[in-house]
Amino acid sequence: MIWVEQIFQGILLGGYYALIACGLSFMFSVMGLVNLAHGSFAMLAAFGFWALAEYAGLPPTIGWTAVFPAMALLGVALQRLVLDRSARSGFLIPVLATFGLSICIDNLLFQQFGADTRSLAPFIGDLSYDSWELADGVFVGKLAVYIFLAAVGLLGGLQLFLSRTQLGRAIRATAIDRDTVGLLGIDANWINICATAIAMVTVSIAGAALGMRATFDPYAGTPQLIFAFEAAVIGGTGSLWGTLLGGLTLGIAQSVGAQISPQGFLIAGHATFLVVLVARTSLDRIADVWRIFSFVRTKAS
Amino acid sequence: MTLLSVRELEVRHGLLRAVRGVSFDVAQGETVAFVGANGAGKTTLLRAIAGAHLPQAGRISFAGEDVTSAPSYRRARAGIALVPEGRRLFGELSVTENLLLGLSAGNRGAWNLDAVLEALPQLQPIRHALARNLSGGQQQAVAIGRALMTNPKLLLLDEISLGLSPVAVDLVYAAIAKLIAAGTTIILVEQKLDRAMSVADRMICMLEGSVVLEGKTSQLTRDQITDAYFGLGQVGAHS
Repeated sequence: MIWVEQIFQGILLGGYYALIACGLSFMFSVMGLVNLAHGSFAMLAAFGFWALAEYAGLPPTIGWTAVFPAMALLGVALQRLVLDRSARSGFLIPVLATFGLSICIDNLLFQQFGADTRSLAPFIGDLSYDSWELADGVFVGKLAVYIFLAAVGLLGGLQLFLSRTQLGRAIRATAIDRDTVGLLGIDANWINICATAIAMVTVSIAGAALGMRATFDPYAGTPQLIFAFEAAVIGGTGSLWGTLLGGLTLGIAQSVGAQISPQGFLIAGHATFLVVLVARTSLDRIADVWRIFSFVRTKAS
Repeated sequence: MTLLSVRELEVRHGLLRAVRGVSFDVAQGETVAFVGANGAGKTTLLRAIAGAHLPQAGRISFAGEDVTSAPSYRRARAGIALVPEGRRLFGELSVTENLLLGLSAGNRGAWNLDAVLEALPQLQPIRHALARNLSGGQQQAVAIGRALMTNPKLLLLDEISLGLSPVAVDLVYAAIAKLIAAGTTIILVEQKLDRAMSVADRMICMLEGSVVLEGKTSQLTRDQITDAYFGLGQVGAHS
């Protein structure tokens, strides 16, 4: 029964990983950009929620009305002032720019809030520890279930948005060929601004989820970036449903690893990531070799 | 009434002068065909008109407005639509999604999804297929339909018969004939002389970036155009 519970907890943890990987995957699929400041932005949003709750008495259930628009506006500024300009210099410069940005954000948060760990749990009442008993001895936290449902809802909503709305179609088309969309009256720069703003809102949701389910500090962004990156790569970078699958795989691996050994939580997650990465590249090579072999065999016969 | 006016246009690809001092006008409702050998500058000229390639000198006026330095999306919103060489469809999107993207230009007009599917009936059965899975002829029809969805005042067609089977070319030109009959202003770049002459009111022949022959289709002979096409003889005098 303990394994069933661990796998179940892993699935719920995977929901959080999918949530934080969502924005990273979205920006990569639309703009081909690996945003190394992704985790730091999640921390910025988490501190935004915390500051509103601590100083203004606004719990996260109300605070999102201020944090989401603020992060979306930050996304607009990020795209216009940093990403759009650095993208003109090739693939590497925007990656380095976001790396520099993450250092700035981490240290600004440290300067403003200090090194103390914080949590949004005190501001959400008994939701932070309340649970349901599914079977004899198998409990699931209500918050973890809500975060999982939020991840599925967010990824599903984004998928619907991308396939059913004109802006969504324009975002997908811009990701494929930004020169040609101009011929159809679409301003590719504006589309990228919208995409970045959307990604920043998803980062905010992930930041809130992290803040409610755990503690955070100014330098907690980097581990979150690593988890997001692993989930996105395992699921297939750029695929939204793949991101959910990647998050679930990572969550289950960590949860099962933790059951095997106390140190197994992180090791199992990283090992799964490496196995998937190596398997994927190896399978690609095997497929290439098989295609060449089939071609030669056809020519020979 | 002049819809498009191009004056002394210069467009470069790096050090290469792809278009050299080209000037011409296109009246509303007119169909003008540009012909010439590979590398004559026809595609570059069309892309410069659509805003996909900014010129180094000269002036492009459209519907009385100077659009020389306007980006491509502004020109599309003003009513210039390009069907680019090689189609440039969004392969991961369905036919319907490709067509609907044309609405992004925000221009009002007779063209909507139903009208395009009626004008290009070959798209009806494949409307849910991914663009990358279509044949060349089907892709060309989608590219034309997508441009029509922007409700253009001026339609630029670049090498639309390139790589297509004769049957597919017949279908594409049947669609163009419908557009011409509906009064659409068209600039056509075409390697196939007979096809171009069959639909154009006026022919303009380019050689090494310059216009070497221009005149009404009815007043030009095929030999005159062929000579200009290959740069043979004295063809400098414009009709």
